[in-house]
Amino acid sequence: MVIGLPKAMLYYRYQILWETFFHELGFETVTSGDTNQKVLEDGVRYSIDESCLPSKIFMGHVHSLIGKCDYILIPRVVNYGYCKEVCVKFNALYDIVNNTFENVNILDYNLSVTQGEKEQKGFIKMGMILGKSPLRSLHAYKKAKKAQALHDTLKVKEQERILESEKLKLLIVSHPYITYDRFIGFPITEYIQRLGAIPIYADLINKKESLKRSEEISDSLYWLYNKELIGAIQLLEDKIDGIILLTAFPCGPDSLVNELILRKSKKLPTINIIVDELQGEAGLQTRIESFLDIIQQRLDQKEKIQKRIV
Amino acid sequence: MQKIISFPHIGNYYVPIEIFLKLIFPEHIILPSPKITKRTLELGSKYSPDFVCVPFKYNLGNYIEALENGATVLIQVCGGCRYGYYAEIQEKILKDLGYQFEFIKIGWGKFNPIKIYQLFRKTGASASFPTFIRYALLTIKMIEVLDSFESYIRENIGFEKKKNSLETLHQQFLSDLRTVRGFRQLSRLQSEYKSKLKTIKIEKPSDCLKIGIVGELYSLMEPFSSFFIEKELSKQQIQVRRFITVTFLLNKLKLDKKILKSAGSYLKYAIGADGTDSVEKSQLLAKQGYDGIIHMKPFGCTPEVNAMPILQKISNDYKIPILYFSFDSQTSETGVKTRLEAFYDMLLMRKEHEKCKQLI
Repeated sequence: MVIGLPKAMLYYRYQILWETFFHELGFETVTSGDTNQKVLEDGVRYSIDESCLPSKIFMGHVHSLIGKCDYILIPRVVNYGYCKEVCVKFNALYDIVNNTFENVNILDYNLSVTQGEKEQKGFIKMGMILGKSPLRSLHAYKKAKKAQALHDTLKVKEQERILESEKLKLLIVSHPYITYDRFIGFPITEYIQRLGAIPIYADLINKKESLKRSEEISDSLYWLYNKELIGAIQLLEDKIDGIILLTAFPCGPDSLVNELILRKSKKLPTINIIVDELQGEAGLQTRIESFLDIIQQRLDQKEKIQKRIV
Repeated sequence: MQKIISFPHIGNYYVPIEIFLKLIFPEHIILPSPKITKRTLELGSKYSPDFVCVPFKYNLGNYIEALENGATVLIQVCGGCRYGYYAEIQEKILKDLGYQFEFIKIGWGKFNPIKIYQLFRKTGASASFPTFIRYALLTIKMIEVLDSFESYIRENIGFEKKKNSLETLHQQFLSDLRTVRGFRQLSRLQSEYKSKLKTIKIEKPSDCLKIGIVGELYSLMEPFSSFFIEKELSKQQIQVRRFITVTFLLNKLKLDKKILKSAGSYLKYAIGADGTDSVEKSQLLAKQGYDGIIHMKPFGCTPEVNAMPILQKISNDYKIPILYFSFDSQTSETGVKTRLEAFYDMLLMRKEHEKCKQLI
């Protein structure tokens, strides 16, 4: 049996977990490729106009997987506990896909901790649907969870090493499904690198620590993914030179949280970039270039002042 | 020091809320923010984030106008989806604008009577806890009376024999409701107006056009934000049905699983905030033989966007037309009216066509 993993949305958070789990149970997985023009067009065709860009891309990926696998994995996520909610888009992805495409086989698990639907329970149920015993599924889940954790810590360590570098460093505050998407975030990080600066990723940090630190900016925020991101700003503030807030149009949580960041965290130069499917590259590049110039000039001035003092 | 307490508008609910606040803050002044006008929305959108949903802008406009009138305490309630985070950003925006005020946030997860009581106590409420609960129950009862009165008006206002008789009675009812201070007075008022409603002659043809309205709660309950669509429809002798009222939302807490079950053929999970209701109610309207459905939401409202693909499927399965409206601060009134007109003209033609078919 082959399980299809759409390379969008939560894939960037759970890639290792999902792949290891299914491989442990003896199934093959197939991933939809990188986002390209065709995936985007398909996604737009099968979505409501007002959906956010990542969810349109998600629909495109699901479409590209139909016929290539026996099941498509679409989890439903509500919360990870009290005050750890996620955007309501994740509550509905399963039902949206189910009602949009006909004859699509969806494999899903439900994650809503406050209602007693824990991740482990969901994975065991999923294993049982695929015809594996609960014990074997549990074992596979444990192993997969460990692999994901190891992968995450390695990535965090790697980024910590990069943070030591002398070059200009920009923190990209954005959801992983935007940052790493070939179509939305990748051209931006690539361009930053081409200009000689280093992109630092806000999702590659110790998530427990960043959750705690996020309360310094806002104590009543309840979106987990956004909490982790603003916690990263607090954690890395002294090691970076500028912040890029990268949002897809019209992201619900970001529309409020980015406003909060712009109003409350004023230490570093910050730029708010909003992308949609009609994005032209030239405009974006100009903005990033001038943003980098501003930061460079600020740094030069600081250096001059310091020299004078010395 | 005497405080001036204010809160944003939604429909006619300012009446029971004002009474509630008056009862628990007898020493302070209660001043509902001025009625929503175009200026409210302009003020609100000027200081709001770009693509936040439009209720945020209305609320912010309400607050600014209330502060201009001298309010010193503002109240915001929090709910699911983005609404739960309104309060913090609004407070920050208003403080950045230089206003001095106290902000009561009846927040996420705090729907616990004792905590809410403590919040009010801190602001200067002197009532004891049992009195507080009694007043809260009175307010809920008042909202129920208001809702049942208004839903009768909604379904019949297009068919009254003497024009404007229901409208005048409605205004009378609202001003009488403002004088209510106890349960007995309320039930007397309720029965009085029940008999008054019966004296108004209604001539409803059995095959009148029937339209159901579903969607996001603010757009549904605040007529200004939807360009008075309900009124517009009733002028055309259309029976309007809407389920979402505050009474419904209060009862919903118990009904969540039931709603999901009855939407079972379309939904496996709840899709967030009011999205599930929109799906369930649309299916119900389709089953009950309504001629059309209007779905309203502020631009970018994620739960309702989630519901839309499923509504489209219902529309296809039951062959019932659905008109989608998305409101923002830039929405033009003419555009909305034109689309609405075309929609009910189309429904009328459909209906007549079907009648002709039956005759043959």
